[in-house]
Amino acid sequence: MSQAVSRRKLITRGFATAAGVSGLAAAARIADRYGLIPPDHGGIWGIGETLTYATQRILMSRRSLAREFSRSEISKVIPVSGDPPRTEPFERLLAGSFADWRLKVDGMVARPSSFSLDELKRFPSRSQITHQACEEGWSFIAEWTGVPLSYVLSLAGVSPLAKFAVFFPFDESWDSLDLPDAFHPQTLLAYGLNGEDLPAPHGAPLRLRVARQLGYKSVKYLSHITVTDTLKNIGKGLGSASPEEGYSWFAGI
Amino acid sequence: MFVEVPYAMLLLSMAEFAYVPRLAITSDTSTSDILDSPRHSGLVRITHWIFTLSFFGLLVSGFAIILAHPHFYWGETGGIGTPSLFDLPLPTMLGGPSGWGRSLHFLSAWIAVLSGSLYAVSGILTQHFRVHLLPSPADLSWRSLRASLLDHLRLKRPAEEDSYNVLQRLSYVIVIFVVFPMIIVTGLAMSPVITSMLPQIVIVFGGHQTARTVHFFLADSLILFLAVHVAMVIHAGFASRMRAMITGRTPAKGGVS
Repeated sequence: MSQAVSRRKLITRGFATAAGVSGLAAAARIADRYGLIPPDHGGIWGIGETLTYATQRILMSRRSLAREFSRSEISKVIPVSGDPPRTEPFERLLAGSFADWRLKVDGMVARPSSFSLDELKRFPSRSQITHQACEEGWSFIAEWTGVPLSYVLSLAGVSPLAKFAVFFPFDESWDSLDLPDAFHPQTLLAYGLNGEDLPAPHGAPLRLRVARQLGYKSVKYLSHITVTDTLKNIGKGLGSASPEEGYSWFAGI
Repeated sequence: MFVEVPYAMLLLSMAEFAYVPRLAITSDTSTSDILDSPRHSGLVRITHWIFTLSFFGLLVSGFAIILAHPHFYWGETGGIGTPSLFDLPLPTMLGGPSGWGRSLHFLSAWIAVLSGSLYAVSGILTQHFRVHLLPSPADLSWRSLRASLLDHLRLKRPAEEDSYNVLQRLSYVIVIFVVFPMIIVTGLAMSPVITSMLPQIVIVFGGHQTARTVHFFLADSLILFLAVHVAMVIHAGFASRMRAMITGRTPAKGGVS
């Protein structure tokens, strides 16, 4: 009697395990199709990264707006982290007030294009006073002015098969966003800070502003945007330079 | 109707797994010294140790994150060049500890929240909280509180008892129902996506930096709780208390353990 029960148990457990394993594999495929797996999903930290990113993408709105503040709440001091690139091309452009600078947009777009700073400034602009926290813990409130990234991407015509926008600056800190964040209304290509031209240490001539993620996602000194459906063959395939140094790709925490 | 069936099944499976002293059904194979007084249910024991591991993960990683910026502020913003509320006498270590620190913090937080939620839900469904942790109105009388406090101050070694005393009950209830929920809320209040959906979660604290500072103080209070918890376990008899939380059993009363 007890043997029969244990055999039945064994068979049920075998089926349950098989169903569980194939269920997990199917779940992973579906999760990947719906953009729930971050590029830095590998390793032990990847478990936490994937849980956080997938939960955010399932439970949280993709369009919710970061809090905006009044002018009186703008921080007196805006800390700067890092120095402008010391490369020859960047210093030449900086010396010429970025008159010869152009932003290249290519990849999975219908109309690969490039834009001068003046062209970008003539596009519809958006100003927003938002709070920015650094990964290290400090934070500030500032007013950013720029053209919504969604406007520039729409001009170029993003392919329906594309999944990510990748941002290459004049330094090594390349990064990428999934399309929900790239098309978020507060995601800007910013050329103005507190009503003035973006100062060099803050990312001149143009920086990304990602209002709902930590500061390091807001790539400075932009030069080139590529639209793609996979991040696997860029850098080490982890989606940005940050995971290569131990920081998460998704910083919406 | 349809909801009740899975709900009843969940309750049954929990009752089976999470047996507690007074609900224990002794089977015919039991001898008095094996099932004499099962102190902690299987679910409590498993979640206790998973939670312990994740709690240490949170402590270590929280410390690593602080090392990137050991300064605390009040209000919405703060950073180098602005006045701080207080500074910890720690070195500032950039580009390292806060990277893996944040990854470990989130992984540990997921494990802590999931195992903690399992513990909390089962504690409510099996009446564990109501029977074993909620102090009775009689216990909360001034007299009873004073007696218990005096016992503690005299470092009176607790007897092998079936139930927790009123100070134990109070501290567990505060930690489980006030401190842990608050530390989760202050953590979420630092998330830019969550505050974009639910701004009140950070506004109620008066700003991002206040939430960060409160999060830090709540973590300190949990470290204090852990220190007292471990001290009391040692005081009450380390081997028997560890055995109770690992095997569920306590030494038979009057017997040799």
